[in-house]
Amino acid sequence: MNAVTLPVRHATRPRFRVALGVGVVIVVFWAVVAVLWPHLAPYDPELQDPLHRFVPPGAGHLLGTDQFGRDTLSRMLAGARPVLQVAPPATALAVIAGTLVGLIAGTHGGLVDEIVMRVLDAVVVFPAIIAAVLLVALSGRSVTILVLVIAGSFVPIVARSVRAATLVEREKAYVEAARLRGEPSWSLMLREILPNVVTTVLVEATSRFGDAIFAAATLSFLGLGQPPGSPDWGASVSDNRLWLQLAPWTVLAPALAIASLVVGMALVADSLRGRWEAS
Amino acid sequence: MRRFLLRRLAATPLTLLAVSVLVFTATELIPGDVARTILGREASDATVARLRIQLGLDRPVATRYADWLEGFVTGRWGDSTLLRVPVRDLVLTRLGDSLLLGALAFVLLVPVALTLGLVAGVNHDHPVDRILSVSGLTLGAIPEFVTGVILLVVFAVKLRWFPASAQAPEGAALATRLGHLLLPALSLVLLCTGYVARHVRASTVAAVESPYARATELRGFTRGQMVRRHVLRNSTIPATSALGVQLQFLLGGLVAVELLFNYPGIGALLLQSATEKDLPTLQASAMVLGVLYMLIVLAADVAYRLLDPRIRLGAVAS
Repeated sequence: MNAVTLPVRHATRPRFRVALGVGVVIVVFWAVVAVLWPHLAPYDPELQDPLHRFVPPGAGHLLGTDQFGRDTLSRMLAGARPVLQVAPPATALAVIAGTLVGLIAGTHGGLVDEIVMRVLDAVVVFPAIIAAVLLVALSGRSVTILVLVIAGSFVPIVARSVRAATLVEREKAYVEAARLRGEPSWSLMLREILPNVVTTVLVEATSRFGDAIFAAATLSFLGLGQPPGSPDWGASVSDNRLWLQLAPWTVLAPALAIASLVVGMALVADSLRGRWEAS
Repeated sequence: MRRFLLRRLAATPLTLLAVSVLVFTATELIPGDVARTILGREASDATVARLRIQLGLDRPVATRYADWLEGFVTGRWGDSTLLRVPVRDLVLTRLGDSLLLGALAFVLLVPVALTLGLVAGVNHDHPVDRILSVSGLTLGAIPEFVTGVILLVVFAVKLRWFPASAQAPEGAALATRLGHLLLPALSLVLLCTGYVARHVRASTVAAVESPYARATELRGFTRGQMVRRHVLRNSTIPATSALGVQLQFLLGGLVAVELLFNYPGIGALLLQSATEKDLPTLQASAMVLGVLYMLIVLAADVAYRLLDPRIRLGAVAS
């Protein structure tokens, strides 16, 4: 698109490669942990040991134990799964729905575009956190509801970006040619325009994935995550903050796990954005 | 400009309507039998049926919505079923406390973000810029309750510089209250700084590399003079829109931060009333937050257009 005006060196600058590498390693690490934690965790994350409560980090328990004597390291590893059960489906749903809405609004233009955009404006202005608290607290917690709430709050963001990219493509000669050939509008959208806005869709997907992890962790911290009992990172921070003075490791371990995953994802998203937008 | 304003103002009631429909649907329709919820499982069916009629739950949904909206607009917000106090006083007091926290965070955010963005932009492509950009990006990605917990462990538990609770003792002076609020405000600031600084950096780079700034340097002015005279204004105004966006994040971040630091603001109230099914309080706090949020978005949009003359010209031209 803007290939002529943007300096190409941005695409290959070492900083991007280092950041991308670090990000990918972190995200892949947690993805592997989410699947394989039963083989990696030294203890059963739910195993209570009343004789060893609040054990500081050391030889027996590398990251100490919590108020029930449960192993902090094992709970941290097991906590990768709940987050990665919610964020990927929520992102996929938001990207698919948002891309379709953006394509429809952008390709058709006129009244359709106007109506869709006004509705999106109204939705975007609504603070997602309030909607999430309302819906999750009142309709019960489940993975499905979490996924729907998170995806719903991202759809307008994706739709706006895709629409903007579609508006640019729509004016190009190949779309005009396809239109003159008499291609129906679904074919214009999906076969002509979509392949040319795929960069935008991918940039949105990586950014929204990071946001979805953020949202899932925050909702679980607020007590709106998966049903009680799962070793959710956010919920662990929330449960253990009462013993912050006594056993700060029980809070720091899940907190740092969240931080590493979101930072890893942010590095990936930012590097890819720099790379794709420059090419 | 006028066209833009009219359009924005026309969208406002639409958004409010959407907010109220969502709040109404979530609180009045989804939870099922409100009368049963209030009376508990032990109440007999006859009592529940009587309360349903008393509450007007047997009427059509549209009528109930109209009545409910009228009640909210005219200030009849009812009593909290959990705390047994009038909802209006409760919500407005909590809102005041939240605004104090939000204002402190905002006051800290603006100079920090502008300075960091300017420093990064003026030194762009130097190591300073890279360090600032990557740390801004990193911190902005971390949820506010995570940075908050780390701040708590370091500054309240290990160093004991700040209290662990954001709530100052009853009747404390404003300075003491602000001292208690510093850590929660800081975790909100860390969340938002990167994004704002990034915008300031981008416009600073554009301003530094612009022909007029180059010409100033060629005329023999120092870099400092060039930055002060030509870069500062051109790089900070575009950041207004970024600040507007971040104000929305500040407001959303209040819920988690207030919970973490035990601060009785409106975010904590929203969460408490939702989990305890205190519906009148939940409706009022959600509506108040929704209205506030919408006003912030509107104000940020309008301020941005007013401050940037280029946008104004663009609007006339189109």
